[in-house]
Amino acid sequence: MNAIIEIKNVSKSFGGVRANHDISVKVAEGKITGLIGPNGSGKTTLFNSIVGFHAIDGGSITFKGREISKLRVPQIARLGMLRTFQQTRIYGKMNCVKNMLISVPHRKAVFIDMFRPYPVDMTEKAEHLLEFVGLYAKRKLLAGDLSFGQQKLLEFAMALMNEPTVLLLDEPTAGINPTLINGLIDRLKLANTEFGITLFVIEHNMRVIMNMADTVYCLAHGEMLASGPPEKIQNDQRVIDAYLGAH
Amino acid sequence: MHTDGTPWMVYAIVVVAGIAAPLLLPSYTTQFAFLWLMILFALTWDIVGGQMGYNSLGNIFFFGAGMYISAVVQIGFFTDVAAYTSARGSEQLVLGYADYFLSLFTGIGLAAVGCVLFALVLGWVMFGMRGPYFAIGTLGMALSARELASTWEWIGGGTGIAMPVYPGLPGEKSLVFYAFFFILAILTFVFVRWLYSTRFGLAVNAIRDDEEKAEAMGIHTRRHKIVAWSVSAFFLGMSGAVFGNIIGFVEPLEVAFPVFTFGIFMVVMSLLGGRGTLWGPVIGATLFHVIKETTWTYLLGWQWVALGVLIVVNVVFFQQGILGWVQEKWPEKFGLVVEEDPAEELAGEKA
Repeated sequence: MNAIIEIKNVSKSFGGVRANHDISVKVAEGKITGLIGPNGSGKTTLFNSIVGFHAIDGGSITFKGREISKLRVPQIARLGMLRTFQQTRIYGKMNCVKNMLISVPHRKAVFIDMFRPYPVDMTEKAEHLLEFVGLYAKRKLLAGDLSFGQQKLLEFAMALMNEPTVLLLDEPTAGINPTLINGLIDRLKLANTEFGITLFVIEHNMRVIMNMADTVYCLAHGEMLASGPPEKIQNDQRVIDAYLGAH
Repeated sequence: MHTDGTPWMVYAIVVVAGIAAPLLLPSYTTQFAFLWLMILFALTWDIVGGQMGYNSLGNIFFFGAGMYISAVVQIGFFTDVAAYTSARGSEQLVLGYADYFLSLFTGIGLAAVGCVLFALVLGWVMFGMRGPYFAIGTLGMALSARELASTWEWIGGGTGIAMPVYPGLPGEKSLVFYAFFFILAILTFVFVRWLYSTRFGLAVNAIRDDEEKAEAMGIHTRRHKIVAWSVSAFFLGMSGAVFGNIIGFVEPLEVAFPVFTFGIFMVVMSLLGGRGTLWGPVIGATLFHVIKETTWTYLLGWQWVALGVLIVVNVVFFQQGILGWVQEKWPEKFGLVVEEDPAEELAGEKA
């Protein structure tokens, strides 16, 4: 297994709250890795640490073998690792196409690039991806006027527009109705198989995560409780006690 | 990607009106000149305040800084600045046309360059703050510049600097400076119109809507913020340089750093017309200037009350501004529509 993200012994506290303690995770390249755990177990904190949203107290995080725990958010994003937010974030007062156009990769952007107009093929690509997530008809509406579920799909399309190597998804199906969820799972899998994007997914919907992930990590009280393939996690007594419940 | 669908007729009318106004109503030339200045104020404020969502209360700093840079350059061309300012206006610079305009253009140019440098350095510090902190921080920046200029004897301190005397007649002077402001305002408009059609326009809009998201998507946010402010500073610096020469006398409180008049007007005009739109600042500035000039004429003594009421009504009941309101009312006119079937649309395009 070739780990594209390697998290070693990462700890993070907020005042007296130990959000992450001695966490180690390996995200395999080209695979789908899941992250589960009860509310407040430190999942989003771990995501925030990976993408450079806050400094970590100890440990190391590498991306493609490069230490990134000291880099800032935009720098890490430009390396090709993107995250989506639990509380969906889109550019509300811009239309969907513009949301997509500004999401093109900024990895090689030099100073003068900011004064260039957008080439037509970008618009075509943007519209193609909007069609992929089923938002083509709404592409000229302001993103802020879309429903929550649609905004979530838009955020996903924006992430794809950026052509990331790794995508960190924070509860991609939360707040989406059951019919849309199936479509979203298919698209996430397609993004993984067709575009070759490594996925690292926080998810509370067990049906979704057990169905998608190759490996699942389970956090509880800021500590790593268990890890392994989905079948093993589902039957792990500690995971059942802490999170899944013994029904 | 041009989002501006303004018919060319509108531009033609604006340009013709701009040329005809001072010729038809010569006694109002200075008022018309100040109208163009107000449009420039609103347009430059809107780059950072409207399109990028950073409410600066200190943009007037660049106006004053440009004015002082130009004053020092224009005087330094012909005499020793320290000796000139310490003479407290008893020494007058009377110049020929060639000397006057050569020094004036150099002054305006260096004011622009100097203000961009200021924006680069100050932007590095100020854009570490967001929201209300940025507003208060920039206000503090303008106020401290005002105090510094009042105590710095080399540039005349609180007494100020008398500018070189215009070589021609007063009527000719108003026309020439009218032309300066007219051209500057048009240049500003054309420049920002182009700017908003580039990736830069999308990026600053993204920063306005959600800066954390923009960072998470890898946009060079700091680079864009500093460039946006530098563009404002560039045009404000030049307008300040011209304004000092119209007034003929540069002093810190009322002329160079009028924080509580021009400094607030630029915010209000942009809000009134509709922040974050191309034409909003222009409409807002025109309306505001007309209202201000009429209240000055007919409500003498109450003019500040009238303006205050206008500002309160605008901020409390009408935050989206004129163009913002129009867009809410008729979204389809702004292309905010659902286009259901892609195949049908493609067929429509081919037909």
